[in-house]
Amino acid sequence: MDTIIGNNIIFNAIIGGTLIGLASFCLMLFNGRIAGIAGIVKGALRPEKGNFMWRVTFIMGMILSGVLLERLYPQLYRMEIDRSIWAYAVAGLLIGIGTGLANGCTSGHGVCGVGRLSNRSVTITMSFTLSGIIVVWVINTLLGGRI
Amino acid sequence: MIKQAVVSFICGVVFTLGLTIAGMTQPAKIVGFLDIFGNWDFTLVFVMASAVGVYFISFQSIIKRNKPLVAPKFLIPTRTDLDFRSIFGGILFGLGWGISGLCPGPILSSLGKGTTPIIVVMLFMLIGMFISSRIDQLSNK
Repeated sequence: MDTIIGNNIIFNAIIGGTLIGLASFCLMLFNGRIAGIAGIVKGALRPEKGNFMWRVTFIMGMILSGVLLERLYPQLYRMEIDRSIWAYAVAGLLIGIGTGLANGCTSGHGVCGVGRLSNRSVTITMSFTLSGIIVVWVINTLLGGRI
Repeated sequence: MIKQAVVSFICGVVFTLGLTIAGMTQPAKIVGFLDIFGNWDFTLVFVMASAVGVYFISFQSIIKRNKPLVAPKFLIPTRTDLDFRSIFGGILFGLGWGISGLCPGPILSSLGKGTTPIIVVMLFMLIGMFISSRIDQLSNK
């Protein structure tokens, strides 16, 4: 079973997306912050007084609930794509540098930025979706689905 | 400070719960979404549409407020310009997203698995962020 609530994948996608939107809204309503995961992590790497603890607790909340959910629903945490450890290393580096230069990722630009109707975020979201489509096409079509 | 930290923790917990219910902690679903010329998996479209929809609607109530509930002020990005650096960064991020089927959110959510791939991707993401911080420092001089 690949779902938590009932067995309709689309229904679960909408419930999950709604929770992501609500968590992002609450972080803005209470703390006045954009819920951009890349930005939260990057900011925590260079601690500033009064701008550090909320980052750490957000990251801890994400990691700890993941530990619990992975125990309960291991099938929702499968990594079954055919990738070498080198591919993960290169991917991690690209994700870190890329989100750093773009000031955001799927959450900061894709959800919060697009939700604020920011042209900047819409364009950046299109740029990472497009390059993602191209690299997946290259891997699946030219490299036989593994890298 | 303490209130902000507690709110953040709860938001982090709910964020991972949302990603997990949505199926976004499975890299195969992300790669499947990007595979528009192959066996396209459109789950992510519904995840993004509902997350963006909820944020868009609820954000209207933020605009009317003077300040957040437990912090001194709203920190909302004001930049509207499009520079080469941001788009180039987006392109690099997309490559990493497509190769691994992971982005920063699901990386944190999945870190508890403790398997080699997720540890490696997290470690190299942190190195990448550190490098981009150095680029920030150098370009500001």
